[in-house]
Order: sequence, then C-alpha cells, then structure tokens
Amino acid sequence: MSDKDLQKTENIAVTEKIRNVKTFIPRVDIYETRDALFLIAEMPGVDEKTVDVELEKNVLTISGRVEDGKVKDYNLVFSEYEVGDYERTFTLSDEIDREKIKATVKQGVLRLELPKAEKVKPKKIKINAA
Amino acid sequence: MFGPGIWRMKRFADSVPGIIDLQREINRLFSNVGQSTALDYPAINVWEKDNSLVVTTEIPGMDAENINISVTGTTLTISGTSQPDPIKEGETYLRQERELGNFQRNVQLPFQVDSKVIEAKYEKGILKITLPRQKEDLPKKIKINL
Repeated sequence: MSDKDLQKTENIAVTEKIRNVKTFIPRVDIYETRDALFLIAEMPGVDEKTVDVELEKNVLTISGRVEDGKVKDYNLVFSEYEVGDYERTFTLSDEIDREKIKATVKQGVLRLELPKAEKVKPKKIKINAA
Repeated sequence: MFGPGIWRMKRFADSVPGIIDLQREINRLFSNVGQSTALDYPAINVWEKDNSLVVTTEIPGMDAENINISVTGTTLTISGTSQPDPIKEGETYLRQERELGNFQRNVQLPFQVDSKVIEAKYEKGILKITLPRQKEDLPKKIKINL
C-alpha cells in the first residue's frame, strides 16, 4: 500500500464551502449484481443525519458533513489526518429506479443500493391533427 | 522526513496546529524526493490535556468487537480486521478503493498509563481512546531543605 492510498484525498473540484473546511473524496467500493448496483463509501464522522444522497438524471452525488473532529478541552499535539466534509459525484450508465434506492449508514460507512429500472419502454407520441 | 519528534513539540503547544500544517505542506513539496513518507495505517491524531492523552483514529465500518486495543508498558496497540461484502459468482467489483483486511498500529506513549481506566469509544467510524497517566508515574515535586 502506498502513501497515497492511505491518505484522504482532497476534492479540489468541488465548490468551496462557506465554512472553512476541506472537502475530501470518500473511498468507495462499487459492485454490480443483475438487479442492482451497490455502492459502499467510507465517510468517517458522518451519521444518518449528516449524509446526503442525490440523484439528478444520471448523476449521483453523495456528500457528508462532519463536525470539526476536535476533542473538547484537549490540545492537538500530533496529527496525521485531517477532518473535513466529503463529496463525490458519479455518472451512472444504467437507468436507476429512483423510488427504490436504499441507503444506510453504519459506523461512518454509507451503503447504497441502486436497483436497476426495468427497460425504459419507448414512448409513442400521439400526434393530433391541427 | 522533516517529521519533528512529536513529544518535543509539546513545548510549543499553541503553535502546533500551525507547525503541523506547515510541515505537511513542506512534506508534500518534497514528497517525491528520497525516502517515502508512507504513514502507518490507520492514521492517528493525538490530543493532550494535563495528565491524559486522547488518541483518535478513523477506521470506518468496523464492528466494535473486531477492534482490539491493548497497552503494554508505554506502547499502545490498535489492531483489527474487516471484511469486504461477499459477492456471488458472476458479480464483479467495479471499484475497490477501500482498505480492508487486517491492520495493526503501535503507538509509543510518552508516559505510563493506568490500564484500568483506559476508555475507548467507537462512534461514526471514529475510535477515540482516552489514556490517563499513571499516578505513580507523575513527576514528584522535591522539597528543598534549607
């Protein structure tokens, strides 16, 4: 494992926040089954109240807001990692049934189940005579 | 490289966050030169107050029972194991960026800790260990006789 793999990567593409925090790219695992796409994202410091999942057309955005990570009354004397928000965007190729998306958060890990939609049927447009 | 001895930095506790930021920037500038700056996993932050220390680390998605914390002498050991989702045949991982498996990290503490009162909390994927200094290890004040 190289250094790069272990460190959190800052998301520089994201618009700056008003709060003075860095935004990191959460590490994800994605796997596909016949009926669904599963996405597992590591976002330590978030819980179900501070995580957001958005699907607009075929662009999926996951974001999480993290408290400053300070320990009350203590001073930081040695630091190897930084604390900040998370954001990452994916373009999905498959049509997703957005009504059936399931999301859970456990110990800072977001787990998304994105069920594939049944084949979108071509719509026939009826033309009325003017 | 350019890593200051961590306990020496205590003397300038107020300026530490600034120094650490600067150090990180410098390390990034030189990160491709010479030896690697590889850090151990998981990365830790160390906090101090009077006679106790707090070690925090981000290890998301674990079960509390799979995390082992122990103290031997002045060495704190954090270890654990995590498993990826089992997938069925014919299914494939499209992306695998998470670091799963076994890990172990040893941390040298600056003093003896009272192992009976060590507290550990695991919340939102962040492990927080509070380590109070052992009473017998506190510096003794010596009276000067006239």
